[in-house]
Amino acid sequence: MAEPRKARIATTSLAGCFGCHMAILDIDERLIELMKLVEIDRSPLTDIKRFTQRCDIGIIEGGCCNEENVHVLRDFRRNCDVLIAIGQCAIMGGLPVMRNAIMHSDAPLRECLEEAYITGRYIRNTTHDIPNDPALPLLLDEVYPCSEVVEIDYQIPGCAPTGDVIYETLTSLLAGKFHGFDRMHIKFD
Amino acid sequence: MSDQDITFTIDGVEITAKPGQTIMEAADEAGIYIPRLCDHEGLRHQGGCRVCTVKANGRSVAACTQPAAAGIAVENENTHVNKMRRDLVEMLFHEGNHLCPICEASGNCELQAMAYRLEMVDPTRFPYLEPCRAVDASHPDIALDTNRCISCGRCIRASKDVDGKGVFGYVGRGIHRRVAVNGEDLAHTDADAADHAMSDEVCPVGCIIRKRVGFVTPIGEREFDKGLIGYEIEGKRRG
Repeated sequence: MAEPRKARIATTSLAGCFGCHMAILDIDERLIELMKLVEIDRSPLTDIKRFTQRCDIGIIEGGCCNEENVHVLRDFRRNCDVLIAIGQCAIMGGLPVMRNAIMHSDAPLRECLEEAYITGRYIRNTTHDIPNDPALPLLLDEVYPCSEVVEIDYQIPGCAPTGDVIYETLTSLLAGKFHGFDRMHIKFD
Repeated sequence: MSDQDITFTIDGVEITAKPGQTIMEAADEAGIYIPRLCDHEGLRHQGGCRVCTVKANGRSVAACTQPAAAGIAVENENTHVNKMRRDLVEMLFHEGNHLCPICEASGNCELQAMAYRLEMVDPTRFPYLEPCRAVDASHPDIALDTNRCISCGRCIRASKDVDGKGVFGYVGRGIHRRVAVNGEDLAHTDADAADHAMSDEVCPVGCIIRKRVGFVTPIGEREFDKGLIGYEIEGKRRG
């Protein structure tokens, strides 16, 4: 008898810190159980850079801070049936979103870059330039949560979510039995 | 139960209230939790945040200010009422800059805990307003990060009614209505770290920060890691 088709999962980290991917690995030995159900397509975990075929689930860590993030996110939306935003950065912008408003400035992005590369007290930048190599992805005016760029189907809150919550959510989604989180396991920190 | 006591129902459960009690006061005594943010034990009721909205005989009322009346049927926990509350809480998140991962109140924050209780986990439909607000760290013992203020006014009432001071007050109107300090900055008021208004129970979020105590209790061992907000009131009923 042929084995049932495994679900295909793709993951990516946009404007995130990779902490949510670390949290995915925090599933620990249950990864063996999970890998009986899924195959991982494009992902930093497999180092596959492009989609090899259509995926059932796309997992997005981080929001959008540059045009490459937007490009990747749209690529995920096109190639995945279900898109999951994982962690506070993907859900509401997270730490990078601090550059949008907490700078008391009319041009927060410029002020942020100037402090980071030119005026900051502890900077050693001999060229006194803000990096502008054409190979660098263009920064967006603001940092955007994923749901402002594409339609997101599910969100797993947390910074980062625990491995337990990720495992429970993924396995219940794969079984078609996901009915929300246990309220005691919802955390935004 | 005295002759003057009134009875009414919340979600079908019969509740006894003393004359003059609000729906919320009677519910608290009976061990039924009605979500609230601007209301706090020991402070005047304000009826500002509307998170305590219930249906009384089908009409939406603020349970913290609405007097209990004989025979009314109150709906508290149902999908429709909780959705309204969730939308209100979500809009509060969007109105300020509420970054839980960097906030020292995370885990003790009533706004965050309310979002957990009301299951605010779906992709948002509202825009983030991302206002630019200054941090006032002028006072030697207290800092104000108004990015996290939800304008509940608990500090205003605590300072005025309990401390007898008036350190805080509302300024502006409509969406521009904000809590401000009565002076150039907090250092130029008679605010003191021992004031009730500055205690960690009055500010529901991480706006009023007492310096040098931020992470004494680590994340994961805080107030709302013990249970959903309202667990103490609900515990009365089970006990």
